[in-house]
Parts: sequence; C-alpha cells; structure tokens
Amino acid sequence: MAIEVRIPTILRSYTGGAKSVEGSGDTLADLIADVDSRHGGLQERLVDASGLRRFVNVYLNDEDVRFIGGLDAPVKDGDTVTVLPAVAGGAR
Amino acid sequence: MRYDSLLDSLGNTPLVGLPRLSPDPAARLWAKLEDRNPTGSVKDRAAFFMVAQAEKDGLLKPGSTLLEPTSGNTGISLAMVAKLRGYQMICVMPENTSAERRQLLEMYGAQIIPSPAAGGSNEAVRVAKQLAADHPDWVMLYQYGNEANSLAHYETTGPEILADLPSITHFVAGLGTTGTLMGTGRYLREHVPGVQIVAAEPRYGELVYGLRNIDEGFVPELYDASVLNSRFSVTSTDALRRTRELLDREGLFAGISSGAAVHAALAMADKALAAGQEADIVVMIADGGWRYLSTGAYSGTLEEAEARLEGQLWA
Repeated sequence: MAIEVRIPTILRSYTGGAKSVEGSGDTLADLIADVDSRHGGLQERLVDASGLRRFVNVYLNDEDVRFIGGLDAPVKDGDTVTVLPAVAGGAR
Repeated sequence: MRYDSLLDSLGNTPLVGLPRLSPDPAARLWAKLEDRNPTGSVKDRAAFFMVAQAEKDGLLKPGSTLLEPTSGNTGISLAMVAKLRGYQMICVMPENTSAERRQLLEMYGAQIIPSPAAGGSNEAVRVAKQLAADHPDWVMLYQYGNEANSLAHYETTGPEILADLPSITHFVAGLGTTGTLMGTGRYLREHVPGVQIVAAEPRYGELVYGLRNIDEGFVPELYDASVLNSRFSVTSTDALRRTRELLDREGLFAGISSGAAVHAALAMADKALAAGQEADIVVMIADGGWRYLSTGAYSGTLEEAEARLEGQLWA
C-alpha cells in the first residue's frame, strides 16, 4: 500500500503525463518531498515559502488540507491526495 | 403568507427535517429550501441585495445595463430584478451550462455572451472583467467580490436559521462565490458558540480545471478561510448519489449542488456520532432539480448519469 496522489492536467508535465502517482510519508510535506524526488519540480509548483501556493488546493480524502493541518496534515497508506488548481468552478 | 410583490417575498424559506436521511436520532439533518425563493434559487438573496445596494449608491439608474459573469442562478435572479426595475442585463456565461438556464435568461430578457467551456467560470470572469473595462457605462455588480452578496446572508439566511433551529451545530452549503457561507457563517459564529461552518465544493471533470498556468487560478475576493471549519471537495458521483437519495428517501427534488452539500453534511454527522456528540446540521438546498433535467442527472443508472454530466457545470 502507498498513498495515491492525483495530479491535475496542468501539472502532468512533471509526471510524464500520469494522472496519479504514488508516494509515502507521515505528513503531507513528507509526501510531497517524496513524490518530488521522482518527479522533480512538482514540489516547487505546489509549495512556496509561506506554505501551499495560493491557487493550489490539496485535498486529503476529499477534505481541504488547509483545515486539517496544512503541510503538517498526517497522511497514511491508503489515503488519496488530490491536487487541484483553485478555479471559480461552476454555475454562479 | 401575503406580500406586496414577488420581490418582497424573498427569503423566509422553510427549514424541513430529513429524518430518513439522518444517520441517527442524535445526528439530525435539516434542509433549508432555497428553491422557494422568487426565481427558484438561493441566488435571489444576493441578487436582490446587490441591486438594492447599487441603487442606494447611485450606480444604477433607469435604463442602466448590468453585466455579470454567471452560468446560471445569479444571472436568472439578476435578470428578473433587472426586468422589473427597468435595467438591461448581459450575462457572460460558459458554453457548457444547461439549456434550461439559457432559456430562462432569455425569457427574462437577458442577453447572453458565451465564454469558452474550457476553464469554466474562470473564463467567464475574465471575459466579463474585460468587457467591463471596455464599457465603463455598464455596471458589473460582480458577485464574487460584492460585499452585499455575503451581507444578504448575514442579514437574512443566518437569522432565519437561528430562529428556526437554535440548537444548530453545523451549517453546510455549497462553495461558489462563497457569499452564502461567509454571510451565514459570520452571523452564526457570532450567535452560536462552537458552531461549525462547512463548505461543499463541487469537483468537476478535467475540462473545468483546464488552466494554461496554475497562477491563473481564482479565489473569490469574498472568501475568508477563517469563517470555515472544514471544506470538502465532492465528486459528481457522490453529489449525484446524494441528490437521488434526497428524492428517494425524503421526496425532495433538489439540484445537484444540494446533493454535494448533503454528502458533506453526512460526513460531519458521522464525525459527530464518532465523537459521541449530538448534531443539528443545516444543509442549504440551493435550488430545485428542474434546472438540471436536461443534464440527464435524474434518469437511468447512476453511472449513466455521471457519464452524461462529465464536462458540464452542475453547481
């Protein structure tokens, strides 16, 4: 078992086109660093000095990580992490 | 109940229990039926307040032209008010929105300027901002950044809910312009210690996230994360499943974003039960299912409905 990380279209140039990649770690920060070790450059697109980038949303099992610890959010095998750009979304 | 006009009948919508969908007698779901507003959606609150504020500020005069990036409900609400008050209405709307919405807008006399489907509402916002810059005489109320949007909910939705359900523990609503959550959330936080404000955000197919660059992302100016306790990203599969459960088990024919809110509400109910706490959870039913019939969301199997919904904007 590992942690599945789903990658949005716009960042798949870092994953050789893969829609999802696997990684491991105890926290979201560890997980991103682990994934970055095989898909260099991804971390820099997701994180800056202040934490998650403004227009990047990361969901741990569908819950926005900013409300459950951010980069320190604990992750474990079997979890699914979904990365999405912040958009205005749908019908307003 | 009697009102002087349709506009005067805004708000004071019913709050109904969902006893069959509630997971346990200790964790109760309540539905705030916003389809019972003048044009059939929660957006009437924001639209009426934004127009009233603009009139008060002297921005709108008879014959003025309103411009708004909207793929549906807000446009319909604004078009209705505009018709009654003598304004022109122009909507900038993504191509991939339901036929019902376009027809309603046209009936209310709105002109529609299409924006590319790829990029969803981001593109509509971009196109509208450009049009507003090119036409300084047009009035863009701009629901994503207009304080009157959240104020509508601070002054109406919040007090209505608290009056009907003083024991409220959670408020769950869809996240779009963020106006409903910001306004209602602030009011409830001021009056109910420990209340949890929960956002249910629709997760679309890849087309909608088709930005060219991640720095082109968009966060509504109204959004203040400190008002929220949790935020869920709800897939169209989960939203559709819950929308159908609302109909099957409670008889409630709601729009798809309401299914997403119910999905997040049930997650909060489970958390409360696991912690041994009672819960009274209010879920916003933003609109009825009528505006989504042509999407095929209500016919065939869940899998078929999901396939038909791919690439469409459902909230």
